[in-house]
Amino acid sequence: MGRPMQVSRYWRHFKEKYRLIGGKCKNCGHVHFPKRPVCPECGGKDIEDFQFSGKGKVVSWTIVRNPPSGYEYYKPYPIALVELEEGPVVLAQLTDVDPEEIDFGMEVEMVTRKVREFEEDGIILYGYKFRPPIK
Amino acid sequence: MRKPVIIGVGLTPVGEHWRLGLRDLAAEALLNAMEDAGVDKVDSLYVGNMASGSFIEQENLGALIADWAGLGNIPAVKVEAACASGGAAVQEGVKAVMTGLEDVVAVVGVEKMTDVWPSDATRYLAYAADAEWELFHGVSFVALNALIMRRYMKEYGYTEEDLALFAVNAHANGAKNPYAMFKKRIKVESVMKSPYVADPLKLFDASPIADGAAAVIITTEEKAKEFVDNAKMVEVAGMGRAIDTINLANREDLLILKAAKVAAERAYKMAGISVNDIDFFEVHDAFTIMAALSLESIGVAERGKGAMLAKEGQIAVDGNYPIQTLGGLKARGHPVGATGVYQTVEAVWQLRGEAPNQVANAEIGLTQNIGGTGSNITVNILRRV
Ligand SMILES: [Zn+2]
Repeated sequence: MGRPMQVSRYWRHFKEKYRLIGGKCKNCGHVHFPKRPVCPECGGKDIEDFQFSGKGKVVSWTIVRNPPSGYEYYKPYPIALVELEEGPVVLAQLTDVDPEEIDFGMEVEMVTRKVREFEEDGIILYGYKFRPPIK
Repeated sequence: MRKPVIIGVGLTPVGEHWRLGLRDLAAEALLNAMEDAGVDKVDSLYVGNMASGSFIEQENLGALIADWAGLGNIPAVKVEAACASGGAAVQEGVKAVMTGLEDVVAVVGVEKMTDVWPSDATRYLAYAADAEWELFHGVSFVALNALIMRRYMKEYGYTEEDLALFAVNAHANGAKNPYAMFKKRIKVESVMKSPYVADPLKLFDASPIADGAAAVIITTEEKAKEFVDNAKMVEVAGMGRAIDTINLANREDLLILKAAKVAAERAYKMAGISVNDIDFFEVHDAFTIMAALSLESIGVAERGKGAMLAKEGQIAVDGNYPIQTLGGLKARGHPVGATGVYQTVEAVWQLRGEAPNQVANAEIGLTQNIGGTGSNITVNILRRV
C-alpha cells in the first residue's frame, strides 16, 4: 500500500515543501502556510506568495512509535508543531536532535530532507524538517 | 417541521468479528433495529461509514447494505465525516423525517477494521487528517492527539495520571455493557504501564480498533404511535454540526474544539435547553485528551477544567456529569464510522430506562461525535418523550 499515484501529486507542492513558501493576503497582510485561495483572516482572495524564514519554536511534540504503513523504516521519529517566527504553525518531523532534548519553545530552523522513499517505484519524497540551529 | 423520534435500536457487539464481514454486521444491526421498532420496511437508509474503500475495498455501501438486508429499491447512501460519520448519518436521517420527505428512516453505522494489518489501519485512519500537510510527514492520528495532549498538560499543569482517569471511568462503565469490547475494569497504573504509542499518549489512552455496527429507526412522533408505546420513543430534540480546519497546525487555538462549541450551541438552541439540563454525556473519547477537551468545548467544564471533573469523580454514572456511561469509545470500542450510532443507541437505552448501567432518572442525553482531530463534529440532544 501507499504507492504514489503520480509524480505530479508531489511535484505540485514543491514550492511549499522544498522552500517553505506560503501565502500573504494583499488586503490585510495576514501570512499563512500553506497558501490558501481565501484569506483566513479577512476573506480576501488576492493572495501572493510569501517566503518564510524557516525559523521557529516548538509548540508541542511527540515521538511516533507506531507509524502509518510506509513510514515503518524511520521509526521512532519525533514530530512537532513549530510556530514560525512570522506566526503560522506547521507540522513537521524534527531531525538531527536527541529526543530527550526537545522542549517547549526550543528554537528550530527548516532544512530540506528526505521524508519518504517508495521501494516499488523508486520515488523519493523530499520536504521540510526542522532541527536545532547550528550555532 | 415534524418532530423526529427514534423508535428502534439494534447493534452488534463491538470486537474482532472474524466470521462476519461489513455487510453481515450492518444487516444484523439494521434488522435488530427494525424488529425493535416493529417495522418491516423503511423509506430510506443512511449509512455512516468512514473508510470502507480503504479497509475492505468496498464503496457504494448504500446499495450493498440495503440490498443485503432485503430493504428493496429504496434510496440509500453513505454519509462520511471521518470518525463522525455515524453522528452525521443520524442527523441526515433526522433531517429527512423532519422535512417530511420520508416517514420511516433507517440509519446504520458500520466499520470493518480488522481485516487489515495494524499499520495499514493506522494509515487509513490518518486519511481523516490532511494528506498533504500532515500524513505526508508520517504523522499518525494518535500522534496528532499526542501533540494536543502534551500541550494541554503543559498549559494547565495536568499529569498523564490525571488524563488516565478518563480511561479508568470508561472501563468501569464498559464492564457493565454486554456489547462492549472490553468488559474489564482497569486502574490508573494499568494505563501508566501500557506502552507509549506517541509520547505522552499511551496505548490505554487510546480507543481500540474494532468491528461493529449499530442502527436506529427514526420516524415522526405522529407515526411512531403506529409502531411502539410511548415508553420506547426517544425524541431527537436538537442537533448541530460544524467543521474546523482539517490541518491541526492551522487552528487558532489548539486547546478548544471550536467545531464542538459551535455544534453544541446550535443543538442546545434547537432543543431549547442549556447544558445544565443534560443528565449524561456520551462524548468522543477516542483518546483521553479528547474527553477532556470535549467537556470544555461543549460547555460542561470551563477551559482547562475538563480533566478536573475526572479528578473530582464527577464523571462517574452517579456523579454530576456522567460520561461514557456504557464504556465510551475506550471500552465499548471504536469502529470509527459506527461510533456515532453506538452513542445514539446507548443514549436511547438510558432514556428508555433500560441501560445495563443506568443513569438515575435520565431525561436528556447528549452525544458528541468527532471526526478528524476535531475538524468535523456532531452534537445531538436526545430527550425522553
Ligand atoms: Zn486578509
